[in-house]
Amino acid sequence: MPVAKTIKGIGNRVINAVWRIGMATRFFFLTLLYSGSSFRRFHLIIKELFSTGVMSLIIIIVAGLFVGMVLGLQGYETLKRYGSESALGVMVALGLVRELGPVVAALLFASRAGSAMTAEIGLMKATEQISAMEMMAVNPIARIIAPRFWAGVISMPLLAALFSAVGIFGGYFVGVVQIGVDEGSFWSQMQAAVDFREDILNGVIKSLVFGVAVTVIALYEGYDAPPTAEGVSGATTRTVVTSSLVILMLDFVLTAMMFGGK
Amino acid sequence: MSSNVSAEIIELNFAYDKRPVLQGINMRFPKGKLIAIMGLSGCGKTTLLRHIGGALKPTKGCVKVAGQVIHELDSAGLYAMRRKMGMLFQFGALFTDMSVYDNVAFQMREHTELPEELIHDLVMMKLNAVGLRGTQNLMPAELSGGMARRVALARTVALDPMLIMYDEPFAGLDPISLTVVGNLIRSLNDALGATSIIVTHDIQESLKIVDYVYFMSNGVIEAEGTPEEIRASSKEFVHQFVHGEMDGPVPFHYPGGDYRQDLNLG
Amino acid sequence: MERSTIDFWVGIFVVGGIAALVMLAMKVGNLGTYNVADTYQVHAYFSNIGGLKPKASIKSAGVLVGRVTEITLDTTRYEAKVVMNLDKRYQFPKDTFANILTSGLLGEQYIGLMPGGDDQMLTNGEQLKKTQSAMVLEDLIGKFLYSKAEEPTKQGK
Repeated sequence: MPVAKTIKGIGNRVINAVWRIGMATRFFFLTLLYSGSSFRRFHLIIKELFSTGVMSLIIIIVAGLFVGMVLGLQGYETLKRYGSESALGVMVALGLVRELGPVVAALLFASRAGSAMTAEIGLMKATEQISAMEMMAVNPIARIIAPRFWAGVISMPLLAALFSAVGIFGGYFVGVVQIGVDEGSFWSQMQAAVDFREDILNGVIKSLVFGVAVTVIALYEGYDAPPTAEGVSGATTRTVVTSSLVILMLDFVLTAMMFGGK
Repeated sequence: MSSNVSAEIIELNFAYDKRPVLQGINMRFPKGKLIAIMGLSGCGKTTLLRHIGGALKPTKGCVKVAGQVIHELDSAGLYAMRRKMGMLFQFGALFTDMSVYDNVAFQMREHTELPEELIHDLVMMKLNAVGLRGTQNLMPAELSGGMARRVALARTVALDPMLIMYDEPFAGLDPISLTVVGNLIRSLNDALGATSIIVTHDIQESLKIVDYVYFMSNGVIEAEGTPEEIRASSKEFVHQFVHGEMDGPVPFHYPGGDYRQDLNLG
Repeated sequence: MERSTIDFWVGIFVVGGIAALVMLAMKVGNLGTYNVADTYQVHAYFSNIGGLKPKASIKSAGVLVGRVTEITLDTTRYEAKVVMNLDKRYQFPKDTFANILTSGLLGEQYIGLMPGGDDQMLTNGEQLKKTQSAMVLEDLIGKFLYSKAEEPTKQGK
């Protein structure tokens, strides 16, 4: 019965997916529960801030610069048709601060830091480091997972802000320096149109949510990975795929909640 | 009687799902002794260790350490119990993101409030005991297999445990490292007055250092005795194992049906 | 890696990130420019506000002088009541003319103030009496179509 088999297959996949979501949620709450010690010993978080935040700086800055430059170029081409080149600053800034900054920075963060986190935790599990820690009466969630989680959550908004700031500079470079849009109207229109609470704060909130999502997915996949080479590589791939999809879905939900009502 | 027994296993049964892994295991680990558990790969030795460490719950029977039943402890009690145990994992399981020094100091920092100068002295003493003082600033990736195993040994005994477990401590070592690690296990056990349990299939090395041997096969104890008794044993299984013979009670062939049929001759 | 090197780079990262946020807030957003100034409130009634939204800018001679804070429908007059905050530094005569304008052909709508000649100045809570509503594109198109529709009948006869 091929039909029954297909239906069984679908059912099996759905049950599996729901089970994994449940386990990941439980994992997330356990991480929060055991976070106390990483704040008492803040150097644990600082060490992870280095490997997640600082190591992602270059890719974020370079990507931000190019995205901003492309926005400047494309925006100019489009706005020129309506004779409103002076709104280029608004377009670049709003595009970056509201959407591209948080989203692209989070996507890059997932593939740069998230995958590294999964691989590291997965390998720690495969080489029995996590079991060893448990046998030493040290809770691995408190000692390994929680500092990485908080480092990710702290890094993400900072990286997104850097991405947007560098991107706006890239747009300024292309629009004002290269093409010759009026510098005064570029900045003043931007300032008139970008609202601190509405646009910038909402962007920060978005990137915080993305930071939580990406690090939870990355850490859970690593912690849950089968302790083999294929297991770890599969988990790393799943981290990048799942967190990219979750970022884009969450972005829609958050955008609808923040800007949809008006 | 129980005062000089630091751990014992009573009628232990364990099954993964429905598949029995351990059946009716009885073992005693008297204080100060070095006991080996031997057997083929996959006979349940590591599962046994995980029961002693409290990572698995038995289906029937129990494991007692220092008079307490392990699987009846709550998680705080289990963590307290684990502080008295040390375990050396198969390939050392050193924390790859920390230096040798930080690895050995790890438990001292996690479980004690000792000042950093005292920790430094303790780490140096532990490293000296395994002959590796001077490696403290290296990362685990920079160590050879034998050195990594010795660092892991120093880390295992960092808090002077009363019960030390070794999961395949000899796997993948060259002959010199093998002898070094073997002698270290013996001398550390005697120096600490601890009890050691070695899970291994390296029969020649372990017969040189242990006090008592349990042989396991397919989840049951096949034979037991002192090293002399084991060497002299006439049991077919023990004989095959000790002398590393290819065929015997443990067959060379995996059960595979009729060979002629597989070759399309039948 | 040395603890101090890590601390150094993490410090740079965090300070850089916060600096970027501050730059976004001050230079890109409006936090640094407007919100700090003292304001006074006036209101006006329009028969149609078109696409005017809260937070829209209020300009006089092209200079930003305030923002729309609230838009409601007054059910006694059935007109839109627009409340606006004006910068204390800019005083306007009582007969100032409020006009809903559009920046560019498709740009956003704002309120333009054209000062009149009265000696007395507007104070907090007062009403701008003279207003002109937004140009609504549908109305314009409707008028255009109406005039177009008349043409062929003339020619046909």
